[in-house]
Amino acid sequence: MNRKYLKAFLLAVTVIAAFVVMHYGCQESKNLTAGDEAGRVYVAPGTYDEFYLFTSGGFSGHIGVYGLPSGRMFKVIPVFSQDPEKAWGYSEESKPMFMTSHGFIPWDDAHHPKLSQTDGIADGRWIFINGNNTPRIARVDLTTFKTAEIIEIPNSGGNHGSPFLTENTEYVIASTRFSIPIPNKDVAIDSYKENFKGTISFVKVANDGEMDVAFQILVPGFNYDLAHGGKGPSHGWAFFTSYNTEQANTLLEVNASQNDKDFIAAVNWKKAEEYVAQGKFKTFNTSYFRNYFDEKKHMGFSEEKKTVKVLIPEECPGLIYYLPTPKSPHGVDVDPTGEYIAAGGKLASVIVVHSFSKMLKAIENKEFETTIDGIPVLKYESVIGGEVTNPGLGPLHTEFDGNGYGYTSSFISSEIVKWKIGTWEVVDRIPAYYSIGHLCVPGGDTKKPWGKYVIALNKITKDRYLPTGPELTQSAQLIDISGDKMKLLLDFPTIGEPHYAQAIPSEILMKNSKKIYPIEENEHPYGIKAEKDARVVREGNVVHVYMSTIRTHFAPDNIEGIKVGDVVYFHVTNLEQDWDIPHGFAVKGMQNSELLIMPGATETIVWTPLKEGIYPFYCTDFCSALHQEMSGYIRVSPKGSNVAITYGIGK
Amino acid sequence: MFNYKLKSKIRYIFVFLSVFAVVMLFTACGDSGENDTSNQNQTVNKTNPSGLSDWELASGFGPVKKKLNLGPIDKTMAAEGEKIFESKCASCHKLDERYTGPAQRNVLQRVTPEFFMNTVLNPDENLEKHPHSKKMLAEYMTKMTNQNVNLKDARALLEYFRVLDEELTNKNKSN
Repeated sequence: MNRKYLKAFLLAVTVIAAFVVMHYGCQESKNLTAGDEAGRVYVAPGTYDEFYLFTSGGFSGHIGVYGLPSGRMFKVIPVFSQDPEKAWGYSEESKPMFMTSHGFIPWDDAHHPKLSQTDGIADGRWIFINGNNTPRIARVDLTTFKTAEIIEIPNSGGNHGSPFLTENTEYVIASTRFSIPIPNKDVAIDSYKENFKGTISFVKVANDGEMDVAFQILVPGFNYDLAHGGKGPSHGWAFFTSYNTEQANTLLEVNASQNDKDFIAAVNWKKAEEYVAQGKFKTFNTSYFRNYFDEKKHMGFSEEKKTVKVLIPEECPGLIYYLPTPKSPHGVDVDPTGEYIAAGGKLASVIVVHSFSKMLKAIENKEFETTIDGIPVLKYESVIGGEVTNPGLGPLHTEFDGNGYGYTSSFISSEIVKWKIGTWEVVDRIPAYYSIGHLCVPGGDTKKPWGKYVIALNKITKDRYLPTGPELTQSAQLIDISGDKMKLLLDFPTIGEPHYAQAIPSEILMKNSKKIYPIEENEHPYGIKAEKDARVVREGNVVHVYMSTIRTHFAPDNIEGIKVGDVVYFHVTNLEQDWDIPHGFAVKGMQNSELLIMPGATETIVWTPLKEGIYPFYCTDFCSALHQEMSGYIRVSPKGSNVAITYGIGK
Repeated sequence: MFNYKLKSKIRYIFVFLSVFAVVMLFTACGDSGENDTSNQNQTVNKTNPSGLSDWELASGFGPVKKKLNLGPIDKTMAAEGEKIFESKCASCHKLDERYTGPAQRNVLQRVTPEFFMNTVLNPDENLEKHPHSKKMLAEYMTKMTNQNVNLKDARALLEYFRVLDEELTNKNKSN
């Protein structure tokens, strides 16, 4: 009996021990799997990431710059929003960049970064991004990672569907999310169907990047959502999704979800160019601003434009067609060959893929269902290339890997679905944490994707990170797509909402990155090229301080003769000519921001002292061992005092 | 368990290879540094604790790799050099007083023309390797900055200081 019990006991102990060993063994191997993934995203100290990733900052109005695969953040590029760190929107030079027909606007909602292309391939010259709220498009120069130009889009109720490109960056294109009366006027909101219109805009991009609204197309008053330019065979065309073809003006979540199908608008922009050349446009009076930054003068300029050319579809046959597309389509994405146009129907149960060649045939054979305001609606069956069934709930956006697969984000079921072009079968799926919106394959909307990763751009993180109060970080997720199965490698937080992102191999950008602004090329009207030219000049109650910086002093660093109520302009030139040596500048009590002056640049900040006394100023960017010594004093005397302007250094 | 062992083996191999790669990298860097001056006087001064060659000690590190053939002073070039000095150097160097860096009028009585140019053109490497540059840094506490001067401009700067040097020499003679 006892032996039997002992045997049973020993057996039980052995079984338990075996379980324990197996359990911990499993844990261990799980950890090791995680370690393996860590190795895939590990970029050793001092070495470089393979890709730059540019994420929109969403409602922060900035662009975030990250490395892939590490997810390390390198820079925040201020675009539509003021940034006191870089004096963007505070310095006298950058203020003009914020001008609009609604005045100075210090913020916007930035959604879609878009790398410039040559022959349908990302070329690394610029990145464009849209201002969603007050319709604008910005161009960021990728040699300096600085916003070079911002153009306002006239006759637009909201610039969500922007900035998309034609394959040689001939145009950046934009469509209005909200329809409004055009020109805008005071009408009853429920006169929507009668008075509200949409526009599609083509903004010409010159070789040096300068943007100009070439023409607009006046379209029925739907909500235009997203777009993409054609490529290869479809070069010369551009595609725009629309929803709210019901033309509801209230409770859109219900009232704009009634129709089984909305439309993709296919625009033949080469045809549009012909119509414009033939003079078949109407000139609309309007007001919009173009703001640009002159890199030699280190200064922004604003110009107001008063007219725009508008094409009316009824007067321009062959300009635009509607492709019926199920249930409030959102993204419209053209595959690398240029033949297929994938539409993410937010409320649809399939991903509809239109065929460009079938579309051309249907146009030729006039296979039209009906015509809306002069725009022929093609028959669905005549243009459909395929349907991806079971794509997850709420398919939104598709990017491509260049190996014959599409990757579609599904918002409601929070996953990425991989499907095969041609057979339309779903071959893999992976969850996203949580609520994925856009997704990004490096080069994934171009002719040549670098299809190694897909990045999920998520709206919500919930429990993925340490809690930080009611607001949690937003995040991106890096997923390996080099094998048959997608594999999650890394979560990394981002600034603002990473609404959309684009990535490009580092080697394309690195070699063009500017290190300094040559001081001999500085044409700033208040810049100085040598410390001996530093001076203080009074003109009435305006005082100009021509100041220089170099490690480790300002010149001048003692200034007297400033009076309460003076308007003091500090024009600070950084005489350094060495990479990564900006200097900062801040005066006690200054009401705006610091300056952060790059090597060889001049920047200006204005200060109006309110009280007499002594005001220290100092360098805010740690620059050398004697950084703490890099400082000075300004004496402010009462209004009407007779203290003369004097200044100097080292005496 | 097999996986575990295999993976740790792979990991060890990986670590070993990484260490090997890093060692190789450093060795390679060291080699190329010496190769830069290999066509020069390779006599290493055994009594010199820095381990630099005579050429390196006299001329520093930089693009000037052989003795300059100076010739008579070119006044036009010197005038150009003076302008460059005003714009790119004078924020830190005065001619006759200590400022951010040392006074410069007599610089050519302290260093060779080659050392002068190499320091202007390549301050970072000299600060890292050359005992004289290191000594100056210890004294002035601010690194000589790279002012993005090209070879032609550095030569013009040298010409400017040759003029100043000649003036100094003449003055001393007349005293």
